[in-house]
Amino acid sequence: MTTPLLNLDKVSKLYKRGGLLGREEFRAVEEVTFHIDDNDQQVFTIIGESGSGKTTLARMILNMVRPTTGTIFFKGQDLASIRSGRARLKFMSEVQPIFQNPFEAFNPLKRVDRYLYMTAKSFTGARSSAELEAAADQALNKVGLSIGEVRGRFPHELSGGQLQRVAIARALIPGPSLIVADEPVSMVDASLRMSIVNLFRTLRDELKVSIIYITHDLATAYYISDRIIIMRKGEVVESGPARIVLENPQHEYSRLLKSAVLSPDPHGHGVLTGDSAASQQARASPHLQVSSSEPQVS
Amino acid sequence: MTQSSASSVRDSSHVLETHDLRAYYRMKYFGIDREVRAVDGISMHVRKNEIYGIAGESSCGKTTFIKAIAAAIRPPLEIVAGHVNYSFIKNDLYALPAAERSAIRWRHLSYILQGSMNVLNPVRRIHKTFQDFAFRHMRLGRPEFDQAVKHHLERLRLPAEILRAYPHELSGGMRQRVCIALATLCKPEFIIADEPTTALDVVVQKDVLAMIRETQSEFGSSMIFVTHDLTVHANVTDRLGIMYAGKLVEEGRTVDVFANPMHPYTAHLIASLPKIGDTQPRSALSGSPPNLADPPKGCRFHPRCPVAMEICRHENPALTTLADDHRVACFAASTKVQPSNDGMQGEAKTLEVAR
Amino acid sequence: MIAVFRDLFRYNGEFAIGFMIMAIILSIAAASFFSPYEPIDSYLVAMDAPPSAEYVFGTNSRGQDIFWQLTFALRNTLAFGFIVAFISRILSLVIGLVSGYVGGAVDRVLMSINDTFIVIPLFPLLVLLYFVLRDDMTWFVLALVMAGLGWAYDARLIRSVMISLRTREFTNTSVFSGMSMPKIVTQEHLPYVLPIVFSTFMNNMNWSIGLEVTLAVLGFTDVDTPTIGGMIFWANQHSAMVSGIWWWYFFPTLFVTLTFIGLFLLSISMNEYIDPRSRLDRMGNS
Repeated sequence: MTTPLLNLDKVSKLYKRGGLLGREEFRAVEEVTFHIDDNDQQVFTIIGESGSGKTTLARMILNMVRPTTGTIFFKGQDLASIRSGRARLKFMSEVQPIFQNPFEAFNPLKRVDRYLYMTAKSFTGARSSAELEAAADQALNKVGLSIGEVRGRFPHELSGGQLQRVAIARALIPGPSLIVADEPVSMVDASLRMSIVNLFRTLRDELKVSIIYITHDLATAYYISDRIIIMRKGEVVESGPARIVLENPQHEYSRLLKSAVLSPDPHGHGVLTGDSAASQQARASPHLQVSSSEPQVS
Repeated sequence: MTQSSASSVRDSSHVLETHDLRAYYRMKYFGIDREVRAVDGISMHVRKNEIYGIAGESSCGKTTFIKAIAAAIRPPLEIVAGHVNYSFIKNDLYALPAAERSAIRWRHLSYILQGSMNVLNPVRRIHKTFQDFAFRHMRLGRPEFDQAVKHHLERLRLPAEILRAYPHELSGGMRQRVCIALATLCKPEFIIADEPTTALDVVVQKDVLAMIRETQSEFGSSMIFVTHDLTVHANVTDRLGIMYAGKLVEEGRTVDVFANPMHPYTAHLIASLPKIGDTQPRSALSGSPPNLADPPKGCRFHPRCPVAMEICRHENPALTTLADDHRVACFAASTKVQPSNDGMQGEAKTLEVAR
Repeated sequence: MIAVFRDLFRYNGEFAIGFMIMAIILSIAAASFFSPYEPIDSYLVAMDAPPSAEYVFGTNSRGQDIFWQLTFALRNTLAFGFIVAFISRILSLVIGLVSGYVGGAVDRVLMSINDTFIVIPLFPLLVLLYFVLRDDMTWFVLALVMAGLGWAYDARLIRSVMISLRTREFTNTSVFSGMSMPKIVTQEHLPYVLPIVFSTFMNNMNWSIGLEVTLAVLGFTDVDTPTIGGMIFWANQHSAMVSGIWWWYFFPTLFVTLTFIGLFLLSISMNEYIDPRSRLDRMGNS
């Protein structure tokens, strides 16, 4: 058995809140275990609502946050052992992020192509400005853009969809084996969304990159995922192959999620009121307090 | 078409009418002179007791449009032309003096916004917020007012304990429900909902949308529901208007628009909606929305349009009624369907070709 | 850059007025290089002569032409303010940046030091230093001392901006683009911090000039080097108010007030221009 690309072993993250008196513990992530194989490129989706811990999990995989307990192995190496600048750089050449808000992911006061050149300089052998531009152009072509479209532009001059594609291009420059995308299309307009989601397919099939796709949108998850885990309040409640889990969810929470997804067929408005009663009942059951992790008054 | 003396709408079955509304951002400082045509000639109406949806992506002008109809205009945004008429005001909205304009708020015109924390004061308890917003409009004594609020919450199936809570003690979904209760307390004729469920989780979103529909049908208010999410429109709205680059490109009954989208943009938006159970590849539109400070000549969609014709590059199509209660602004669509000649249903007729 | 100044001048009234005031002040200060008299020499001209064609601002009881005295006074005072502001900005910037970005124990230690400096009562301390140093307290030494005391408030300001910048998503993008921490701080974060540095520069100048004038009037500085405060000190020594020699007070006070106003106007107008939010507005990001 070859070393898996990514291996999480009982990973937990605990946050302590409060001062000296009355410290509260907040379990953001609770004993998450899964792995992604190396020779099997896939889109691995993490589905969860707000407060489910999915973003914390993403940050731990990106080595931006240290787990409280448990270990994360990337290609066999424990992330906690990455200390030196060089080791960090090596890790980043293999694992790259895509963030939710493309307008926040770039400094609004700086030009966008700058990040492409920086990444090329740090991770490839390119040195002269011509080489840097070529590297940037090559990456941009993979996402359906060209250097001419983004040269000298500020973030607000591009649309959300274009910016997100530039972010993906930037992430591709070091030639990573894993891309962690945290809600990459939730802030992109509907008409541009599918071009990015389709891009993930291309990344997986042609560029052989595995993608961890984090989202709350079951429809796009169904569209491109290979495997899925569903998280709720820090725990994994269900996992398995994407089509199977989404077509026939087993766990109560998964079923609730699926029933809450709106269908784009406008059969009429009775659909909503009927389900409202069902999910109100479901809310009354103590197991299924599924709203955000803030305390509820009710 | 009778016209009640205290109402400015031309058709008494309408609550809101806009006539060629234009609102631009005009910026002139530090040597920059720019005019962003966020709302560029919109004529539409909302009937009594209906939910009218406005869909469109970011920078299509829908937020500016709501600001314009709610009289929430601040420089550099200016109303350049056009009228906004409500059934409960006797003049054009902007002909009204400022004091009267603020008097209609909440009593006749209320809103539900995207972030509940944009409406609820974080340092005031909920019952105080109700007082702040609605007390002076209800014209009741303090105890009667409190009773009315409790009764209203009961009707909406919200627990009475929330009145004593602070906003941060409630979950996001509960807060949004409070905002809905707040907006409907004075039983206004018109409610503006701007992406009310976009920030909410999927499960909560469904409940909140259900509540919005129930509330609307119970109190009979009319509503403009703005969101970019077409699946929400499919499940909530009666009629739907699609905006692109500051103009209305298609409008009709929601079922009709979904079943038979005539404008290529609408058709693409609907075709690109993913569904559970369907992995057929979906195509994407090339290009991106135009810069409203410098929109393309002719039809604003033509650079991205799969069926663009020669005329589309030079002339802007007018919003024409092509089917029953279904208007489209597209030359390609118009050539396929004959414009209806008998459409005397109180609709706005063919407008002049804008240049 | 030139375009910036031209735009500011044309469209921002505060900047235009502030600029013109400072232009006047600076030209008077520059005139000191052409002074026919040495600044510390006395009894050169007729004493106590009121303003006239010959002596534009009059003369004082020490036989000095007030106009030429003023040129030196303004030059020294401005130079003093500039040095204090410059050195203390560097201190604020470095401490604020390091504290904000690194965080943790380093942050706590630096901020404890910082807060100590904030609560030190400056005035008694400076008076005390004068009595200790006496003649060694040249105005340059005083400038250094004040620079060492005037950084604390703004360091905290810069630190809070840094903390908020550190948590913004583009910082993460920069990290994953392979940029090192110093590079991120100087290239990505500095444009947000610079408006603060700039406006606090002017404020710091005002503060230091004000404090220096106060000390000088009371005689706690080197009164041989002519400064605004020094002139007023000498006026007090010669009981000019009683003698009716109003011009000895009037002109220094007038010009130092103009300096304050000019610096203030410049600082608020440039600050509005450099502020990232207004820059974004102008670039078209509404």
